[in-house]
Amino acid sequence: MARAIFSIWRGDQSGGAMQDYVTEVSEGMVVLDAVHQIQAESAHDLAVRWNCKAGKCGSCSAEVNGKPRLMCMTRLSDLPLDEPVTIEPMQAFPSIRDLVTDVSWNFEVKTKIKKFTPRPPDAADGTWRIAQEDVERVQEFRKCIECFLCQDVCHVLRDHHLHDAFIGPRFLVYTAALEMHPLDVEDRLADLKEAHGVGYCNITKCCTKSCPEHITITDNAIIPLKERVVDRFYDPVRRLLRVFQG
Amino acid sequence: MADVQVLGRRPFGVTARRDAWWVEPLVVFVVLGSFAVYATWAALQGVHYSHGGYLSPFYSPELFGDSPHAIFGPKPGWWPLWLPFSPAILILWAPGGFRFTCYYYRGAYYKAFWADPLSCTVGEPRKRYCGEAGMPLILQNVHRYFLYLALLFLPILAYDVWNAMWFANPATGATEFGIGAGTVVLAANVVCLGSYTFGCHSFRHLVGGGVDCLSGSPARHTCYNVAGKFNRAHMRWAWISLFMVAFADLYVRMCAMGIWADVRIL
Ligand code: SF4
Ligand code: SF4
Ligand code: FES
Ligand code: FES
Repeated sequence: MARAIFSIWRGDQSGGAMQDYVTEVSEGMVVLDAVHQIQAESAHDLAVRWNCKAGKCGSCSAEVNGKPRLMCMTRLSDLPLDEPVTIEPMQAFPSIRDLVTDVSWNFEVKTKIKKFTPRPPDAADGTWRIAQEDVERVQEFRKCIECFLCQDVCHVLRDHHLHDAFIGPRFLVYTAALEMHPLDVEDRLADLKEAHGVGYCNITKCCTKSCPEHITITDNAIIPLKERVVDRFYDPVRRLLRVFQG
Repeated sequence: MADVQVLGRRPFGVTARRDAWWVEPLVVFVVLGSFAVYATWAALQGVHYSHGGYLSPFYSPELFGDSPHAIFGPKPGWWPLWLPFSPAILILWAPGGFRFTCYYYRGAYYKAFWADPLSCTVGEPRKRYCGEAGMPLILQNVHRYFLYLALLFLPILAYDVWNAMWFANPATGATEFGIGAGTVVLAANVVCLGSYTFGCHSFRHLVGGGVDCLSGSPARHTCYNVAGKFNRAHMRWAWISLFMVAFADLYVRMCAMGIWADVRIL
């Protein structure tokens, strides 16, 4: 059996360092398996968050060889094992310990987004009718598992720490799912421009490239929202039309 | 909202990535930079932009100029003496602005030319950042107006293809229908520019993306779906059409200079 070196970040908010661990690797192993093996063999106090081991709970987010990844979905066979595999916690959130970060900011952000507000029911029995083609656009956004890897990779949060001004790609996807929903009548455009800071996104698509659910975050959620914000706030002709339309 | 205290940021160019992350921004820098240099050079030449029925797309529509394609005749008398004249500079700002403000190119050149960031998870050179939320980049929101202009250019360039189908017979002097390699180049250019333009995000928004329910308007729904198809390949068309438009100019230029001989296919 082959042996491989894993360089894992150990520490907390006050500081830390990379530490090397050697362990046996075998066919079919993923990064999370190696972390668990190291935890069992030589680092019993290594903190790591995980749950489903199936890429569906979004708990095991980390940075493997510098790339945001779900540890349970990253196969060792896809990584070069002739050099140490680096495993770091997400950089855009405060550290709790080792590979575990405090992602609670995300849940605070979510509470600030205006809730789903459906139009009055279509039928007397209090139900609605939606055409399949109208709901298709938002279905992609519902695949999100809230792993926050897109938030982690977004340089607005990661490098510029603009957590107070920008809600990040995950919540732009969430807002797009509400805003484009055929039943929703709430208006979130002013929030998107101001409080949610959609203008901070400079369309570099790092979020799209990192999403384990392959949601086309930038092209299908963020840019269409930017276009709607342009309609409302920056397009003089649209403004004029609105004046005439009352 | 609670103050989010994250760990320190990586210095410029520092990353834990192992792959050749610098290749993509480097290629974008070289290709886009070369195109900008070539296009500026070609636009400032003011000569060798037409050859018989062929007109370089950098010079179309030729509002004023010395070629037979000029719509309003030669260089206007009111043109300031100190300002260099070329028919291209009267119109090239429109397709140039369309590309400059294109959502795809924005993301690409913010990385390659401004290192904002150089590549994903690579440390950035600057601490201050306001993205497209403030001046000057908030002006990128003008993109849809460049789209409207780009949509006007498509029929004009298609008309140039029609013009490129008429050749003077050297024996009789009469104009006759034909197809040359240049006709094919100019036609391919319109197809590529069309595929790029119809995949524009602002176009997709305009034809249906801006409304939530399209089931009641099948025509709009079809337009939205078609724009979506082009949109998914927008990056590819952005590059293909960039090469094609530069090559179309080069082709006409080389023929006009007598370096390349145009081949008559039909
Ligand atoms: S495309 Fe926008 S939201 Fe996504 S990573 Fe880049 S800046 Fe952040
Ligand atoms: S959008 Fe994708 S990357 Fe972002 S939180 Fe959802 S699943 Fe994760
Ligand atoms: S453990 Fe659930 S996504 Fe990895
Ligand atoms: S041309 Fe690229 S988004 Fe409009």
